[in-house]
Amino acid sequence: MDYGLHLIGRHGVNFVTKLGGLFVLLGKFLASLREIQRSSGLIFEQLYDLGVKSLPLIVIISIFVGAVSAWQAAYQFKFIGAPLRYLGQAVGKAVVIELAPVLSSLVFAGRVGAGVTAELGTMRVTEQIDALESMGISPIRYLVMPRVLACLLMVPFLVIFANFVAIIGGLVVSMVGVNVSSETFLNGFRSSFKLVDLINGLIKAGVFGLIIGIVGCYEGFNTRGGAQGVGKATTTSVVISSVLILIFNFVFALLLFRI
Amino acid sequence: MDSPLVQIEQLHKSFNSLQVLNGVDITIHRGESIVVIGQSGCGKSVLIKHVIRLLEPDKGQVVFDGQDLAQLDTKHITAVRRRIGMLFQSSALFDSLTVAENVGLGLKESRRYHEEQIKEIVREKLDMVGLTGAEQKSPAELSGGMRKRAGLARAIADNPEVLLYDEPTTGLDPITADMIDDMIVELNRKLNVTSIAVTHDMKSAFKIASRIVMLYQGKVEVDGTPDEIRNSDNPVVRQFITGSAAGPIHAR
Repeated sequence: MDYGLHLIGRHGVNFVTKLGGLFVLLGKFLASLREIQRSSGLIFEQLYDLGVKSLPLIVIISIFVGAVSAWQAAYQFKFIGAPLRYLGQAVGKAVVIELAPVLSSLVFAGRVGAGVTAELGTMRVTEQIDALESMGISPIRYLVMPRVLACLLMVPFLVIFANFVAIIGGLVVSMVGVNVSSETFLNGFRSSFKLVDLINGLIKAGVFGLIIGIVGCYEGFNTRGGAQGVGKATTTSVVISSVLILIFNFVFALLLFRI
Repeated sequence: MDSPLVQIEQLHKSFNSLQVLNGVDITIHRGESIVVIGQSGCGKSVLIKHVIRLLEPDKGQVVFDGQDLAQLDTKHITAVRRRIGMLFQSSALFDSLTVAENVGLGLKESRRYHEEQIKEIVREKLDMVGLTGAEQKSPAELSGGMRKRAGLARAIADNPEVLLYDEPTTGLDPITADMIDDMIVELNRKLNVTSIAVTHDMKSAFKIASRIVMLYQGKVEVDGTPDEIRNSDNPVVRQFITGSAAGPIHAR
């Protein structure tokens, strides 16, 4: 009993400390935006490294996301006896509202969130972050701000591509595997497409990007120990980002997509 | 005597339940070359990191040129840090930058120099540490001794008044370690700096120190000139400088 309470207490304290730390880092990130111009070179570097270099991976997963959603929708339609002319509509809605923002963000958390934590964690344990501070350079401005900003801007950018590629994937499967013509599929997609859905999806993606950036930098900055510490921090970063993405996605569903 | 440049007063620091520093008092005047010695894990690196506020005291204070470091805002602590150069134990070179970019980073970010001036300063500092022509090398291409020298060039890039050396010879072969010691003595003289080094290498300590301070059980055990330390009859000091396993200090 005592041990159980002790365990709950310890995890409770750790949870509150981590949550507080994430908010403090978010505040420091926002404050550092005053010096955005000074860090423009570093920001462009991160936009390219974190965002543009993620594009091939996002394209590959999006093709299959679109393909499987078309196939599964057709399977469900057959099961309930719904006409296949609604396939484009079903795939389009699912991709734009949920699949592209959420799955792209989860993949981004795995590739970029983990990378940011491992890089900053290694810099922490090898005293490189201390060295920056000792030279009078703010690690928040130099390291955190460009990375978080790149995540915040590049996840929506990647989701735009993911939407497009996933629809193509769905279209190809509909034509080849389900025997629905491209015209029928695209007509269905067009009839249900709403700009507000796309914008809401991109807003979600921006928030998910912010989560990935802040969590990735926080875990990296708070890495302790050597290689084992870096590995642990990297795993924690991906786990926390992924869980927060799914929790926030549900909150967005309640707020933005009213039934 | 002039007013002290660095004054460490009743410094206490603990990590979780481990009390590392337990009331350290050290006063350092301009031009002195202080070496802090002590067993591994006795808090030497923790002490030196307080001088540049990489760590903050639990109790006590560190006063730099009359300013309590804990009271300084970002702008003022940045100004203090630019007056101090630090060589880290692991050299702490930035992997993603070349040697020249490492040495010039502080200058570039201070926005007080043009690109051409930075190039010139980098070349001059690399010459001073014997790394002429290594500008475009990456840290991964350097040996342990070269990394220390590149770290040293970075530490002196902005002509600091104070140089901090964290275990400058640890992990180096005896010949390279001696060369680094010679370089430190030479730089201290040439640049007319005040220096604080922490080490457990007694050969290095005797070579570079004008004064040696020994930490033991979180406090200053002894503070004196190299000759006073060499001739001390304090059993803790005797055991440490002779490197004997027998005595009041227990191996960690």
